[in-house]
Amino acid sequence: MPATATPPRSAVRVHRIEVRPRRGQADPRGAAVLRQIESLGLERRPKRIDHAAVYLLEGDLSHDEVARVAEELLADCVTQAAEIHVSEAAARSKVAPGVAVIEVHPLAGVTDPAAESVQLAILAMLGKTVAVRTGDRYDLHGVDGKIAKAIAERLLANTVIQAIHDAPYFPSAFPQGRPYTLAIREVPIRGLSDAELERMSREAHLFLSIEEMRAIQAEYKRLGREPREIELETLAQTWSEHCVHKTLKSTIRYRELSGAPGGTGWSLGKTVSGRPHHEVQSDGTIVIRNLLKATVAAATHELMADGIDWCLSVFVDNAGVIAFDGDWAVCFKCETHNHPSAIEPYGGSATGIGGCIRDVMGTGLSAKPIAATDVFCVAYPDIEELPAGCLHPRRVLSQVVSGVRDYGNRMGIPTINGTVWFDNNYVGNPLVYCGCVGLMPKHLIRGTVSKGDRIIALGGRTGRDGIHGATFSSAELTDTHADEFSHAVQIGNAITEKKALDCILAARDYPGGPLFHAITDCGAGGFSSAVGEMGSSIGAEVELDCAPLKYDGLSPVEVWISEAQERMVLAVPAEKVELLGRLCAEHGVEWCDLGVFGTASEELVLCWHGTEVGRLDTHFLHDGNPMPTRDAVWDPTFTAGQRFQPRKPQFAAGGRFGLSDRTPDLAKALEALLEHPNITSKAWIVRQYDHEVQGMSVVKPLVGPNAGPGDAAVLQPVPTSPKGLAIGNGLATGLSADPYLMVLAAIDECVRNLVCVGSDPTRIAILDNFCWPSCKDPRNLGSLVRAAEACYDGAKAYRTPFISGKDSLNNQFVTDGGVTIQIPPTLLISGFGIVPEAERSVTMDAKRAGNLLVLVGETHGRMGGSHYQLITGQTGPQSSGELPVTDLSKGPAIARAVHAAIRAGVVASAHDLSEGGLLVAAAEMAFAGGIGLDLEPMKAADEDVSLTAKCFSEEPSRYLLEVAPTDRERIAQLLKGIPHAIVGTFVARPSMAIKVGSDVTEIPLERLRERWSGMSW
Amino acid sequence: MAHASHTSTNTVTNALVITAPGINCDLELCRAFEEAGAKVETAHLQRLIREPSIVDRYRLIGLPGGFSFGDDIAAGRVMAQLIRQSLYPALAAAIERGVPMITPCNGFQIAVQSGLLPGPSAGAGWPDEPAAPSVALTQNSAARFNDVWTRFEIPENTRCVWTRGLQAAPGTDLLPCAHGEGRFVTDEDTLAQLEANGQIAIRYATSDNFNGSMKAIAGICDASGLVFGLMPHPERYTRWTQHPTWTRLDASQRQGDTPGLRMFRAAVAHAIGAPVA
Repeated sequence: MPATATPPRSAVRVHRIEVRPRRGQADPRGAAVLRQIESLGLERRPKRIDHAAVYLLEGDLSHDEVARVAEELLADCVTQAAEIHVSEAAARSKVAPGVAVIEVHPLAGVTDPAAESVQLAILAMLGKTVAVRTGDRYDLHGVDGKIAKAIAERLLANTVIQAIHDAPYFPSAFPQGRPYTLAIREVPIRGLSDAELERMSREAHLFLSIEEMRAIQAEYKRLGREPREIELETLAQTWSEHCVHKTLKSTIRYRELSGAPGGTGWSLGKTVSGRPHHEVQSDGTIVIRNLLKATVAAATHELMADGIDWCLSVFVDNAGVIAFDGDWAVCFKCETHNHPSAIEPYGGSATGIGGCIRDVMGTGLSAKPIAATDVFCVAYPDIEELPAGCLHPRRVLSQVVSGVRDYGNRMGIPTINGTVWFDNNYVGNPLVYCGCVGLMPKHLIRGTVSKGDRIIALGGRTGRDGIHGATFSSAELTDTHADEFSHAVQIGNAITEKKALDCILAARDYPGGPLFHAITDCGAGGFSSAVGEMGSSIGAEVELDCAPLKYDGLSPVEVWISEAQERMVLAVPAEKVELLGRLCAEHGVEWCDLGVFGTASEELVLCWHGTEVGRLDTHFLHDGNPMPTRDAVWDPTFTAGQRFQPRKPQFAAGGRFGLSDRTPDLAKALEALLEHPNITSKAWIVRQYDHEVQGMSVVKPLVGPNAGPGDAAVLQPVPTSPKGLAIGNGLATGLSADPYLMVLAAIDECVRNLVCVGSDPTRIAILDNFCWPSCKDPRNLGSLVRAAEACYDGAKAYRTPFISGKDSLNNQFVTDGGVTIQIPPTLLISGFGIVPEAERSVTMDAKRAGNLLVLVGETHGRMGGSHYQLITGQTGPQSSGELPVTDLSKGPAIARAVHAAIRAGVVASAHDLSEGGLLVAAAEMAFAGGIGLDLEPMKAADEDVSLTAKCFSEEPSRYLLEVAPTDRERIAQLLKGIPHAIVGTFVARPSMAIKVGSDVTEIPLERLRERWSGMSW
Repeated sequence: MAHASHTSTNTVTNALVITAPGINCDLELCRAFEEAGAKVETAHLQRLIREPSIVDRYRLIGLPGGFSFGDDIAAGRVMAQLIRQSLYPALAAAIERGVPMITPCNGFQIAVQSGLLPGPSAGAGWPDEPAAPSVALTQNSAARFNDVWTRFEIPENTRCVWTRGLQAAPGTDLLPCAHGEGRFVTDEDTLAQLEANGQIAIRYATSDNFNGSMKAIAGICDASGLVFGLMPHPERYTRWTQHPTWTRLDASQRQGDTPGLRMFRAAVAHAIGAPVA
């Protein structure tokens, strides 16, 4: 483009550029949308879709400059063409007949990461700062505008964060923020009645209980003044369930009703003796003071007192920390981001993983994130009736996957482990768990704020996004929440966080020592939580006007509680602020000095341009929250989370359950199980994640030549150490009818998964993430108590300390018809363990024909909650069968024995025997390795157990091991005293034969694998 | 772990790894250079833009993968613009001095848009201004990010100093890929020239061309063979435990260096001026 001497000034300030594939070039984006539309099954659908990227530039640019930006920056000259529009009329005149145009643009104020990059590149190119907005245009051929709009709403946009236009969008100017004029608002509270306090709590989105509102009222009566708005907001954030875990920390009066149709009748009353902080009352109720301390944390502290010396930091920091080797420590944190993901799944999951990564960055003096995990619980994709206000589970799942993919991949953190659990009770309240593992030098695992340290915030700017996220998480979702809480939803910008990470690690590893004393992330509650927590004992003086803003007009309250993403708060000694500032400049990271930690009165003082806008006593803020006594009752007949639209079973129609004990029916059941959404391949998710970035992977999520389901991932995080780190999880939601048994099974599963890849069972640490329906209902709280007691019993039995945890205790959805859909009580156990030698890790794919298949562990025939029941229509433990029971002495012993066998080198492959049962696990090993199998289920040692149970029971503490025939005696020796049996032989033939007496059914491996890989999105 | 930027001693095997916002495969690239015997230093793009002469100290250069500047607009686009505006002359001069350069994944996407690949025709010098792109790496045909290992083939006529003559035993002739925009596209003339000049450095095995690249091209080099751009990540395959099915490779298959490490060894050997072992 030849430059003219005096470039003609263009008449318009906003310029519109469209970039699309050149004629003859493929349009993969358009084609992908077309494929998705086909999966919607609409009657009238477009014949073709063309996609174009839309860029709107606002600035003082000449035509030549706009052309240069379009041709050199925005379009690729090999494959794309750019089109510049000078006016709205020009843009609209280009729409071809028979085509409906849909444009999707982010709403004002919503983070637009691409716009920021374009702005930066234009600055480098032209030396000019212009405002940029980006959008997408879809030309739908052969449908009218109405159908196009419907498609846009279902597939192309989420109106919570995006606007849908039915013609090319060409604003005359970009929306501007308005300057803010300070107004300090006092909220009269001292004279309010209980009813008025309750109304205020709800309407102002404080979500505080009446007891808490009364405590605040009393405090301000004592102070002799009314609270200012910012003070009230700070209290609401700090006291939110999300930040303070008040349910788990409160005093609970627990009682048990008799009659336990599904479970074992395990009773806390009968086993209460010796449990810390538990008192039995004369009427038989049990009072538990601080449930978390009395169960989850108690187990860890008892284990640490009993010889476990590798827990370095538990429950106090943003993540739990254990020793990796002599020099290095590893930490792990797992969070949920359920309510934002229900409303905007892409942004919700992306900011979920982003927040969890920041927790790891904010642990000790910062850890480097080395792995991410994700677990999703959603409704079945074939759900028949979708309540109003719910997004379709297909959309929820594909978008939460996209969110984790785009954030994790951009951060360069491998997402290496996860699972998906389907249940229609998650329809309105899906669960999104995101975990992150970090690596840090052992001597940097603790930070301490000193008086006089500057409060330095760095990373993203503060905006109006995410206001009230912490209190929102305490609320219950309803069909109108998407409108009411759209401001709690955010879009992340991974590159902002990646820059902050690079900068923080450089500051941590600065020659001469770290440039900061302490660090934490701005998560729920924003600055109010981060600064409040860091200054909890010494106070802080905060100059809120110093925070860089995304746009004008934010009030001090908004700055203080905004949960805008990608921000970290550091306590920096004054003399090191300048050095840190230089590092920030090098990495292109924005930072600001927000004030100072430590005030004379140890108060939290908030200022705006020198004017005090709020003042809070840190003791009242952090210890003034009344912890009322809550009632909990265990009612075994209460079926939370089991009632909404049970999925239709495959085999309910004929026969007793549609299937018999004969081998052809076993084969049919096996194929149906391999197709079940919980069991089927998750490769479509796994492969969208860069699970190998950082180059540490030793065992990947998919293993064997045919990519079977690995039990856990293994990393080799320290190049100079031969040790590996295994990362896995356990989830046993099928047993939610009795959370005590469910949690024990989940702990056992997590241990099994880690042991199967080579982890030492005596070096496993675990995390708890509770997601429960409303615990205001004493029956749900009762089931929560049972789960917590199981955490205590399980952790102690397996000697697997909990090091960190989190809870989300209001997961239910109220339909427009007033029906409450509660999720099944769900507890995810995440775990990581040390693999003594990474080079001796084991994978689950069968290795060699001629080898033996050894079943380790016992089967009792307890089929409750199994997938076999799901496919045959015995939907719940209420209808039949008993829930499986984890044997707390045998389970850990079996894990140790399996590990000994692996260390002895006699295990060619190992697989966790879980979802689906023996046939499924054995089939997975066979097709993953491409090695056939003769399986004889009846050879399992257990007596008085039906063939069906031997094939399909999902009872815990069972493993499948592949052993060479020459090691037959050694394995018998290694498993001495442990129940085990040889149940099969791997064969050269490419099929699996199920043999029961003379009855034989053979299924080609290819067919099994096809069944397993059938799910497509 | 840390690749602290210590003072350059200007040994013959000094390697420079360039980092930038969103670049995230620097760790494994540094390790690969180190495992091949090079001494590695990293430098941030901002520093190099301020002081391009830093590039002159090095005998090897790596431009790692990642999502530079979020891969906003298109993969590598913003970073390529910044390099075109500032760093290009220093990098072109380094190549003229005979410095081998590897640009995996995002690095490759950046290289083809910043005038570094496919570079000037044989015998011609590097132009002062970066050339307009003549090849592109665009969205995978499935329009989706994919992490997968693929079998590779090295064209016999390649000039690439990183891949020339590389042979790998069956079952080990794989490389990891992880990208959403890796479909190689160019016009017929450029394609014919690249093929005739031996500038196709590596191809996917035909059955493994998962992103739909023209002629299954996975990587190309410049006419000197020094600059190697490819979508796969050889730097993530320098140890046998990184192989996707290493637990079933027998000892004979796991002998010697992995194909990924051999590429780096070849370049380090070239930088030293010694024949490849």
